[in-house]
Amino acid sequence: MGRNVLLIEDEPNIIEAIRFILSRDGWSVMTHSDGRNAYQAVCQRKPDLVILDVMLPGRSGFDILQDIRADEALAGVPVLMLTAKGQSKDRDMAGLLGASKFMTKPFSNAEVLAAVRELAGS
Amino acid sequence: MKPPGRPLFLARRNYSARRATDAARLLPLVGLFLFLMPLLWQADGGARSLTGQLIYIFGLWALLILGAFLLTKRLSRAADGQDAAAGRPVSTGGSDDQL
Amino acid sequence: MISFDVLVAVCLAYVVLLFIVAFIAERRAGKGQIGWLRSPLIYTLSLSVYCTAWTFYGAVGYAARSGLEFVTIYLGPTLMLVGWWWALRKLVRIGKTQRITSIADLISSRYGKSNLLGVLVTLMAVIGTTPYIALQLQSVTLSFSVFSTANSRGWDLPDQNATALWVAAGLALFTVLFGTRNLDANERHHGVVTAIALEAVVKLVALLTVGIFVVWGVAGGIGEMAERIAASPIAETAFRPGRWVGLMAISAMAIIALPRMFQVLVVENADEHHLATASWAFPLYLFLMSLFVVPIAVIGLSTQPAGSNPDFFVLSVPLSHGREGIAMLSFLGGFSSATSMVIVAAIALSTMVSNHIVMPLWLSWQSKGAASVSGDVRNLVLRSRRFSIAGVLALGYFYFRITGGSEALAKIGLISFTGVAQVMPALLGGIFWRGATRRGAAVGLVLGFVVWAYTLFLPSFGPDAIMSAALLSEGPFGIGWLRPEALFGVGGMDPLVHAMFWSLSLNAFAFFALSLTGFPSPLERLQGAQFVNVFEHSAAARGWTQGAAEAEDLLVMSQRILGPDEAQQLFHQAAEKQGKKSFLPDTTPDFLAHLERELSGSVGGATAHAMIGQIVGRSSVSVEDLMAVADETAQMLEYSNQLEAKSEELSRTARQLREANDKLTELSIQKDTFLSQVSHELRTPMTSIRAFSEILMEGGSEMSPEELTRYSGIIHEEAIRLTRLLDDLLDLSVMENGQVTINAQDGNLRSLLDRAVAATGSLDGRGRIRILRDKMHEDVALYTDTDRLSQVFINLITNAQKYCDASVPELRIRARRSGGMVAIDFIDNGSGIPEKSQAVIFEKFARLSDRNSAGSAGLGLAICREIMARLGGDISYLPGQGGAAFRVTLPVAEAAKAAE
Repeated sequence: MGRNVLLIEDEPNIIEAIRFILSRDGWSVMTHSDGRNAYQAVCQRKPDLVILDVMLPGRSGFDILQDIRADEALAGVPVLMLTAKGQSKDRDMAGLLGASKFMTKPFSNAEVLAAVRELAGS
Repeated sequence: MKPPGRPLFLARRNYSARRATDAARLLPLVGLFLFLMPLLWQADGGARSLTGQLIYIFGLWALLILGAFLLTKRLSRAADGQDAAAGRPVSTGGSDDQL
Repeated sequence: MISFDVLVAVCLAYVVLLFIVAFIAERRAGKGQIGWLRSPLIYTLSLSVYCTAWTFYGAVGYAARSGLEFVTIYLGPTLMLVGWWWALRKLVRIGKTQRITSIADLISSRYGKSNLLGVLVTLMAVIGTTPYIALQLQSVTLSFSVFSTANSRGWDLPDQNATALWVAAGLALFTVLFGTRNLDANERHHGVVTAIALEAVVKLVALLTVGIFVVWGVAGGIGEMAERIAASPIAETAFRPGRWVGLMAISAMAIIALPRMFQVLVVENADEHHLATASWAFPLYLFLMSLFVVPIAVIGLSTQPAGSNPDFFVLSVPLSHGREGIAMLSFLGGFSSATSMVIVAAIALSTMVSNHIVMPLWLSWQSKGAASVSGDVRNLVLRSRRFSIAGVLALGYFYFRITGGSEALAKIGLISFTGVAQVMPALLGGIFWRGATRRGAAVGLVLGFVVWAYTLFLPSFGPDAIMSAALLSEGPFGIGWLRPEALFGVGGMDPLVHAMFWSLSLNAFAFFALSLTGFPSPLERLQGAQFVNVFEHSAAARGWTQGAAEAEDLLVMSQRILGPDEAQQLFHQAAEKQGKKSFLPDTTPDFLAHLERELSGSVGGATAHAMIGQIVGRSSVSVEDLMAVADETAQMLEYSNQLEAKSEELSRTARQLREANDKLTELSIQKDTFLSQVSHELRTPMTSIRAFSEILMEGGSEMSPEELTRYSGIIHEEAIRLTRLLDDLLDLSVMENGQVTINAQDGNLRSLLDRAVAATGSLDGRGRIRILRDKMHEDVALYTDTDRLSQVFINLITNAQKYCDASVPELRIRARRSGGMVAIDFIDNGSGIPEKSQAVIFEKFARLSDRNSAGSAGLGLAICREIMARLGGDISYLPGQGGAAFRVTLPVAEAAKAAE
């Protein structure tokens, strides 16, 4: 199992925080911040794990998730969804669309790390 | 709230129905006037032939009957139309029946 | 040669035919197969009872004596029918809604159900009609004699009186059989009307046949006929203007006022629409009836021996030309004319006599209170009608016996017209003028009738018959101005026109004078309103107040008048309408009025009113009741107006509610979105803060000072972002709730802009963006909340600093005054805002892209819009300026102060 993570997120500070946390744990973190071509980025970079924000400029994280799950080549890639809205209907939506895990911001570093490890290990 | 009373202006159909009743009221007066014409002949002293008088009276009479016939057709059409438009039961009466 | 026996046989056969027709029609009606029995055609034909034997035979005689004048007798009715919209329509409607049974009933009902008037009109009708019936009997007997004299061998005419008696008896039998089969006059006499219609056709065909025979058979064509007319002595007859006008007027009135005409025109009318057809069809009938009158008269005068009766040219002309078939047809036509008139007149008169004389007498005979509940009224009424019919015909017969053959009888037609025309002032006044009173009507009627009798009827019998010759020539007791034929010294008039003029004008004068000076009783006023305004409210207003009447007593009485089945059905329906299951409804005013109307169809308005009054214990309404009715009507009107207003208000409220609901739904969605956006905006900086503070907590000691500074910097930056977000939210909330106070003060636009530019650190081109200003036009005096306005300016400049994506960013600020407003534009040289986003940029959290997003929650423009709205101005996006462009407008100082 590789340790490549693709982080799709638009807030620079959050990108920096997650990159820091995961890098320290030995992950190689790639980032992408535009919703419009996020799916293409996933296809190109073939990460072992995707961390996907819901509110992205240009395109919603749910749409991107739908594309990923529709793509058979990416079917096995675990997706960790992040959202700042924190409404239960978002969680249900994510579950319905096939997100592997769903986390609400703000989160503790340990939680993120644990989630990433769990997803990568499975 | 709209003040009760008659509308000032009417739709075309109602308007023509009103005019038909006006005509129905006018027709006998016209007839009366023309039937009184022999009085004027009398006054001017001119003797008109009996046949001439006969033709005048009966011709006028026939025209009056024709006029009444046409008017009745128009009135009943107007009344039906009005009633249909207003959605109330058919009667020969309009809203301006008070004479 | 036609023998007397043949004539009698033909007559009998014809009468049998009439019986059969009437019988079949009754049968059909009884089975409910009304169909053509109630067609406009039958109605029109039944109106032809106007054309009696006097017309059928007499018109030719009239033309032979007086030329064209005869035509006025038909022109009057023609004008009346052509002008049906004026009076006839109203009369028919009133007849229907009030269940009028006769002209006496109409007058009586109109003037407060007065029986006095009913009796008066009935008597006048009987006096006016009896001679007329006698005239019909005479014409039939005379027509027999025409055949007798025309017969070369001659047969002895049997006793004329016997002939008349047989005719009268036969007619009485027919009328009793078919005229009193049912009680309710409004159920109409189908048998009679159908037989009358058949007779109408016979009359018309007969007269047309004789006419065609005369024109084409005797004269030899239209041209020859015209020559003979021109050469005829008729052409020499003098034109009498007074009679021309007078006869037209009197015959126009007669078409309504003659009892038999009222019977067929109003009482037997089945459908108001039939009147519309009759308005042209009946004049057409009259037209055809008169068409050949002059030719027949002309030919008769030229071919018949001198001294022969021109009244019977219709018979004698075909007979003398050997056309016995035509003569026979013509005879039948005359017979039809006479019989149809007698039948209808007898029905009409018997209804009046029975309802207005016999019934009231019977009622007053009975001990009070018991009257209505004992004895079979139904049979009584029918019997009284039958006796009345027999009585009327007997009267006619005796009149004929007494005056038979005299000149008097021949002239009776127009005299009768004038007599019955006396009801016209009361009738027309009654249906067009609410102010007409019973007193006026009664006095007018009596006066008119007396003047008629004195000036026309009595003198018509000739000198020394009833009035002495001395009285006629000198006046009573030698008082010259009271001479019957020159009243008030007005001599030289035609006697008929003279009588017409004085009787009708005195009648009308008395009617109006007494109506104007008197005060009508409440019931009169009630009835007057109903008659005059019949088209406004066809339903009867109430004439009864809630009484202690026993429904059971009423039912017992009604059963005796209407028959048990019908009465029970009526009561049951009324009870059901009131929501009761029994046969006895509450005796509400409405029910009493309804019942009275039903009863009046059988026994006349006055009697019905009196009968109910006996049971209810109160025979008329009081002024208080009337006022209550009026109040109720006014209240209803008011109430209906209120209802209308209410319903309008309700629909308005419903609309508002719907709108409010839509708005609430939208607001709820907006609130959801807003909350979720706020949550997002709060959680995003929180995420960074939490992550970095954990990082610092866990490994702060191993980090380089640069890293420490950097991460704590991020925490600081995000904390500020949070604070600013909360500030903005608070600001917006306060603003949106209208809780913000505007501190208006004098200011200058230029200094305000200076302050805003300085606050954004862009002064003197030192900032990220270069600001180009037009200071000359900025010199505008403002009276506004300068702090709030600066906030808007700062926001706009900051936005330009943040979002202008030009390589050398520039922001132009220009101000322009127009009217009382000043517009300040902020235009940068970036790529601007895409068109589809322009609509949403002023919404909350309308952040368009992620560029430089840190530090902005997307509330700035929303706040600006709120501020500008509070300041009486506006902020809007200005498209097409080459970059992002915002226009701020607000009132200048004078305008703002003026607005305060």
